Formats: sequence, C-alpha cells, structure tokens
Amino acid sequence: MSTVTGVPGASPKYTKKDFESDQDVRWCPGCGDYAILSAVQKSMPDLGIPKEDIVFISGIGCSSRFPYYMNTYGFHTIHGRAPALATGLKLARPELKVFVVTGDGDGLSIGGNHLLHVLRRNVDVTILLFNNRIYGLTKGQYSPTSELGKVTKSTPMGSADRPLSPCVFALAAGATYVARTVDRSIAHMEETLKRASRHKGAAFVEILQNCNVYNDLAWNVLYDKDSKTQFELRLEHGKPITWGPADDRRGLVLEGLKPRVVKTKDVPESALWVHDETDRATATLLAQLWAPEYPIPLGTLLSQEGETTYEGILVQQEQKAISDRGPGDIAKLLLSGETWKIG
Amino acid sequence: MSETVTPAPAVAKPRRTLTRAVIRFAGDSGDGMQVTGEQFTTEAAWAGNDISTLPNFPAEIRAPAGTLFGVSSFQLQFGSQRVYTPGDQLDTLVAMNPAALKVHLGDLKPGGILIVNTAAFDQRNLEKAGYPKDEKGEPKSPLNDPGLAEKFRLYQVDISGMTKKCLEDLPLNAKEKERCKNFFALGLVSWIYTRPLDPTLDAIKKRFAKNPTFVEANIRVLKAGHAFGETAEMFSEHYGIEAAEMPAGVYRSMTGNRALAWGLLAAAERTQIPIVFGAYPITPASSILEELALHKRWRVRTFQAEDEIAAVTSAIGASFGGAIGVTASSGPGIALKGEGIGLAVMAELPLVIFDIQRGGPSTGLPTKTEQADLMQALYGRNSESPIVVIAPCTPGDCFYIAYEAVRIAIKYMVPVMVLSDGYLANGSEPWLIPDPKSLPDIPVSFRTEKEGFQAYLRDAATLARPWVRPGTPGLEHRIGGIEKQDGTGNISYEPDNHDHMVRTRAEKVRRVAQEIPATVVNGPESGDVLVVGWGGTYGAITAAVEEAQMEGKSVASAHIRHLNPLPPDLGQILRQYRRVLVPEINSGQLVRVLRAEYLVDAVGFNRVRGMPLASQEILEAIHQLLEAKS
Repeated sequence: MSTVTGVPGASPKYTKKDFESDQDVRWCPGCGDYAILSAVQKSMPDLGIPKEDIVFISGIGCSSRFPYYMNTYGFHTIHGRAPALATGLKLARPELKVFVVTGDGDGLSIGGNHLLHVLRRNVDVTILLFNNRIYGLTKGQYSPTSELGKVTKSTPMGSADRPLSPCVFALAAGATYVARTVDRSIAHMEETLKRASRHKGAAFVEILQNCNVYNDLAWNVLYDKDSKTQFELRLEHGKPITWGPADDRRGLVLEGLKPRVVKTKDVPESALWVHDETDRATATLLAQLWAPEYPIPLGTLLSQEGETTYEGILVQQEQKAISDRGPGDIAKLLLSGETWKIG
Repeated sequence: MSETVTPAPAVAKPRRTLTRAVIRFAGDSGDGMQVTGEQFTTEAAWAGNDISTLPNFPAEIRAPAGTLFGVSSFQLQFGSQRVYTPGDQLDTLVAMNPAALKVHLGDLKPGGILIVNTAAFDQRNLEKAGYPKDEKGEPKSPLNDPGLAEKFRLYQVDISGMTKKCLEDLPLNAKEKERCKNFFALGLVSWIYTRPLDPTLDAIKKRFAKNPTFVEANIRVLKAGHAFGETAEMFSEHYGIEAAEMPAGVYRSMTGNRALAWGLLAAAERTQIPIVFGAYPITPASSILEELALHKRWRVRTFQAEDEIAAVTSAIGASFGGAIGVTASSGPGIALKGEGIGLAVMAELPLVIFDIQRGGPSTGLPTKTEQADLMQALYGRNSESPIVVIAPCTPGDCFYIAYEAVRIAIKYMVPVMVLSDGYLANGSEPWLIPDPKSLPDIPVSFRTEKEGFQAYLRDAATLARPWVRPGTPGLEHRIGGIEKQDGTGNISYEPDNHDHMVRTRAEKVRRVAQEIPATVVNGPESGDVLVVGWGGTYGAITAAVEEAQMEGKSVASAHIRHLNPLPPDLGQILRQYRRVLVPEINSGQLVRVLRAEYLVDAVGFNRVRGMPLASQEILEAIHQLLEAKS
C-alpha cells in the first residue's frame, strides 16, 4: 500500500495550472467559490502527490460542481451522498488522496447522516464544506445554517429553524481535524487547506463563502474592515487566545467552563486561555463562540494526529486474515464443512 | 405417495419404504425448531435423499412464549426421487406446544403422523393459544377431542418430562434441561424415518465443544428419543426412504444467501480484484453481509453502512475505484437505493445489487417470501433507467447467478440486479459442488492507454465505456450524474444528445441478450399449456408440470433466469402453445411484461400469502386452463 502523504520533491513538480481542467467555470460572477477553487488549486502542488492519485468527490449544489474544474479524477454524485461514496472509494483504494466537496445544504441537510458517519469512522478524507447559509442552486431557500427568522422564498415570514454550527457538528461527530476559514482571506484559506489535506484521517474544513446572488454579505462581519479587526480571531496552537486592534487587544480567560472576554492589558499573560488544538473539549468550546459577544475563531480548532483510520483497520484485518490462513481458495471453501458423495 | 412394504426383520418393527415424505417441526420461537429442522435435513442428506426446505419464523426475535404469532417452524421434503419443493401437505407434524398445533394442524394430511409434546398442553399454554373454554371456564385441550385421533395418527408423548428424566443426574438447571427437548423430538423422528444419527452426534460435539455437559445432555436426549420410538408400544412401524438418483459428485447443503456470498467470492478470486460490499442490515438479506464478513482472505471488504443509501453509494464509489461494488437489501432498502442505482446507470459503472424480496409494501412481512419487486427492479427509478435483472431459481443456483451478475456488470459496465427471495435465501437443497475452474471467465481490463482516451468511448460489441482506475497517469477525468456528451463525457444539455444517450443506455442493456443461453423447455416443444415462471417458484412449477405430464396432459414449463433483457428465443417459444400460464407470488407482474412485450394472451396465477406457491394449486390452475380451452 503506497503512502498518501507523499514526500515533497519525490513527485512531479506541479504548479497551480496543472490542476486547472479544460472546463469553463460556470459559477455566478462574483461567487466566493472562485476564490476557493483558486486556493485549492494553489495548495495542490504543496501536497506532493501525483495528480492521478487525487480524487474530488461531490454531491449536489453549487459547491458540488467543483470536481469538474479540477484536473484530477473526479465524481459529481448525488445529493448529500458524497461522503458515503468517498468511503467506498477509500475501501477499494486506501492509497488514493480523496477530497469531498460539499455545502451547508448538501452536507448538513440531505447528507447530514453521511457526514456524521464519515467523520466518526475517521475515514481518511478531506472534507471542504462551503457554508453560504443559503440554497443557491435551487435559487434561494434557507439552509440548516441560516439564522433563525431568515426571510427567503420558502420562508416569507422568516424561518423557524435554528441554525447549526458545522464545526461543532464535526467536533461532536469525531472528526480528527477541524478548521474554519473564509473565502476572502486568501492566504489563510491556502494555509488551512494545506494543513487539512496533509492530515491523515477525517479532516473537516468549514469555508465561510459568499453567495452574492441569494445571500450577499452573510459573513460581512468578517469582510467589513472594522468588524473584521474587531472580531476575527486567528487561532495558533500553544499561543494565548487574543485578537483585536493592536492598541486594544482582547483575550479570553476561562472561568470554569465559561469563556470571558478581557482586555489583555488588564490581566497577566499567564491568565489567558492558551489554545490547545489537540483537545476536543476546549476546541468545542471555541467552535461555539461567535460575534458580537465573542470573537469568531478561524484556523485549526482541532488536530489529532496518529489516530487509526477506518479503512486502515479494515486493511489490517484483511492482511492478518491472509497472512494467517493464506489467500482465499474457493475450491477449498466449497468442500469445507459437511459434504457427501453420491455415485 | 407410493408405498411398498418390505418384510420386517424378526425383532425390529416393520419398515415401510416411501418415495418421499414431508415433515414439519413446529414450536415456540425459543424451542430450537430451526436447529432441529436443519439437523434432520443433514441426516436426510447423508442418507442420499434429495431435499427441499422451508424455514418459517416470526419477525419478533423472542416472541412471547406460547402465543400463536410466536410459533416457529421448519419444513422439509425429502425423497428418493427428485424433490422440487418443501411439499404442500404434511406427512408428519411435530407440535411442541398448543399454539404450534393450532397454527399448523390444517396442513397435516388426513391419516398423517401427529406428534405432540403433552407436557406443554397445560392450561396456561392452551389459553394463550386461544382454545375455547368449557363450562367451568377452563380451556379445552384439543388432545381430548376424540376426532383428532380419528383423523390423524396421534402420538401423545411427554417430550419435556422424558427429557428431564434422562438428565436427572447432570449438573444442569431446569431451564437448560428443558432446552434439550428438541433433540428428543429429533431422535424420535429420526427413528420414524430411519435417518442416521451420526451427523447429528457430530454436530452436537462440535457445537458444544467447550461444554462437555451440554454434549452429554444433548446426546443422551437424542438417543432417548430414538430409543423411545424403537421400544415404546406406540409406534407399530417406521419408514425408509432410499437414496435418490442424483447426478454423481460431491454434495453439500446450500442456502440461497450463502450461495450468493460464495458466488461473489468465486468472482473475486477469478478477477483478482477486491469486492466492496456495502449493506445495511435488513431481513432477509443480512446473512449475506455476515457471511462475506467471514471471508476477508478473498479481499472482500464489507461495509456496514449507516443506511441503505450509503450502502449503494459506497459500492458505486468502490466501482469507480476499480473494485467490484456490491450492495444487498430487501424491497424497502431497494426503494431507498433507487437514486443511487440511477447514478450507476448514468456513470456507466459496474454495480451488483441483490434484492432478497420479502412481503410488502412498507415493512410488510419481513420474514416471509414474495416476488413482488419485479416491477421495482425493472422500472423503480426516475426517468429512463434500464438495468440488467436476473433471478436464481433454486438456493444453489444463487451461486451461479451472483457470479453471472459480476460478469455481466463488468463486461457491460452496467448495474445488475439479482432478484432472490426469502424462500431461496433461507431454504436449502443438496447442492452438487461445482469445479470453480468450469465457471466462465470474467475478463477485466482497466484502460491505461492515454492515446485517444475519452471517458465515454464505447466498445463496439457491448457499448461499454472504458473502466479507468483513479491512479492511472494521464487519464484524469470527471464523471457524474449530469447528462453527458457521448464520447467525451463532457456535460451536455443538448436535446438530441440526451435522446441519443437514453437510447444508448437502453441498447447497452438490450445487448446483454447475447449472453443468454437457449431457454430450457421442460416438456413438449409445442402443446396446450406453457407454464412460465421466474425465481423461487421453480420447484413448485416443475413439480406441478411433471405431475400434469404424468396425467398425460400436453403441458410444458420454462423458467426465466434473465428478466431484463428477456431471452431472445422466448417470444418464439410462447407462440408454440395454446395458452400461457404465469404463476407468481405477486399480483401479476411478469405476466404483464410478457403480454406487453410479446402480445400473448398469457394469464396469471397469483397468490400473495408470504408463502411459496404449492405445486397442487399450480396443478389445479393448469387443469382449469385446460378445461377452459375445451
């Protein structure tokens, strides 16, 4: 079984262009997906994996057109089922590097069950969930991440559903890598994608993405210069959690299980909450924070390395069975157990 | 049933030779009736008989003891002639409690042997079984009805009591002792039909290898039952059934679901590519998943998916990766898989789907058999979504049909659905073990050539597109559920291209007809009635038709294994008979297809009771059709 985390330098030297397919990109002009596509294509050479060993799997929705634009292997499947299909692919071919591209509707509504299970099994796939808080391809109905009271075509008087947090969901489901990034922070997105795709196991990245046609500026809190400065929190493992303008930095302290916002100048540095990305419990606390009461954490919430993967265990069992008793022999199997001779 | 009396040995009781017999063991679902039946089947197989079995159990895992719906039974027919079905009417019924008697007595032939476990006929059990009450308000025991002993050969045996007695000195609790009683019944019936005890003795030793006390207990009880038959004053004779004349070779007992699993293993071994089997547990398909999970050495990767949809899509993902993607379920699960199967049609990937049909709709009768998913298999997806549909006709045939499904799926890059059913899945037959080398080859060629590659280039003979494993340099491509341009595989909304692709996908399935061998007609090549069947009704139809032929009637049968496409010679065959009769366990599905496809005035014979068709009722339907003609 060849390894998936290729050694940089041992594989062909690629540029972004090598990952651009010959198909015309057909998202709406101004869609956040363009920036994500570019960032993914740009992060690919860094993986150091031959491009024929890379597969993009998607479901249905705007985000799910993604595989057509990647010059790798790709499969645009059916609504919500990409994680299950990717699981089957990894069972057949554990050595492949598999990405799942999904959205808030595809991944959390119709495909919520599959997303849950691919994460809990720790299948070695990198899942990119484009969250624009709306159904785009069906022209503007509310999604499972839309805010309560959202007025859309299907909810003229406001939605009655409460939204769910994709990162909290992924953490609860058991993903071994969870991160959040934004379509308009190109460098951060590229860095996050590189880390996520190098992770061995179920990696989940929520990408806050703008749908300029049906839900423009849903993430304006992170686009607007002032509010971005005020609320964007870049997580760094082992560093105290701080954010805000240089002259008015804020930090978090933990009082029991309750995070409290403080001015950094008011407390000694040792009092600040230090981000530990190997700890699921505090990652889950962080994932739940949101403006304006709290900052909005971006970056790696959780990264647990060295966990066994689902297909890894199955392949091990298979190899053990073969080394213990040899490869299957159907002629022998047919004659095993009770048999009798006639004539 | 023909009988000949052989002179009895001086001491032993007389032994009468029969050509076949039908036995049913019935009791509570906790009484071990399935084990008893399976064990008796092995004994009959050892004696060289042909056999057909019918396990029948409630959907509840442990239904409340003593109730009518908690009754579990195992029926088999064994004989010295070909046996096609588990039999219609019973020669012997073993009833371990009043509920079992009440449920099954109606199937016992007048004059048949009726063995009851008297210990279970107490007031409580009689009440639970709903026997009417007398003037004192106590339930009346059917055993006190003199009519019972007049109509049947009634043997009242205190099976529980004698079991307990012969285990008196063993360190077992009362419950453990009581649990051995099924082997008393088995020992007794084995004596009545002079079947050898050796295979059962071996099985007991194996089964309880870790507990010598259980071995001792069960062997004692088995032998006690046998000795009781020999010595008790009750039984005046017993029966022999000679070995059947069957093709020479080595045989084993085979159930349909195991045969499906082993057929896949044979295909994996031949192709040397892994199988990914995605399934969600569902009765009566789960045992395929369990069986395959035992055989990792064939590189079978079983995936117990989170639901039916994940089961089929994981299989499709595996096929995309160059493995054999297989999924299995029963009707309700197949309904959920519909969209996924459509994706495989569109992506033109190999996919094998097993549908082990059960009574429906909805949850229906989970543990009972039915043939009502034919229309679902043929048409149960959105839009024009043709797939190949094939059906095994006996438990052992499931081995060949699974292998065939893989072969066709790979050769034509299409989904192939196998329609088995609950009766074939759990039923067993003595099966002539094939030489795996005699199976047809399954060539697999993954495209690696870059020059001129297009994802939807087609093979001239099969119309199959190339199978490309991700990981092949230079052949990176994208596929999906959106309509695509033939050849390039690029997305296309072009009206004429869509029309062309709809026809191409249909034509590809139609070309599978070139794989179908000549239809076997059992009987005259032309005549009054042709009985056409498919799937698990093979035995009942064959038995009925052979009986009609012995009566001198001009009747033949043809059993269809390929349901889509249909055999190319079928239309011609149908026209050689005045009438066509189509017995099915549904409301008339194949009959509709035949009428539509061939414009023949075929008539259906339909019973949808969750049970196999009886050969007698098919014979009656044949008679009626013959009379209607004249």
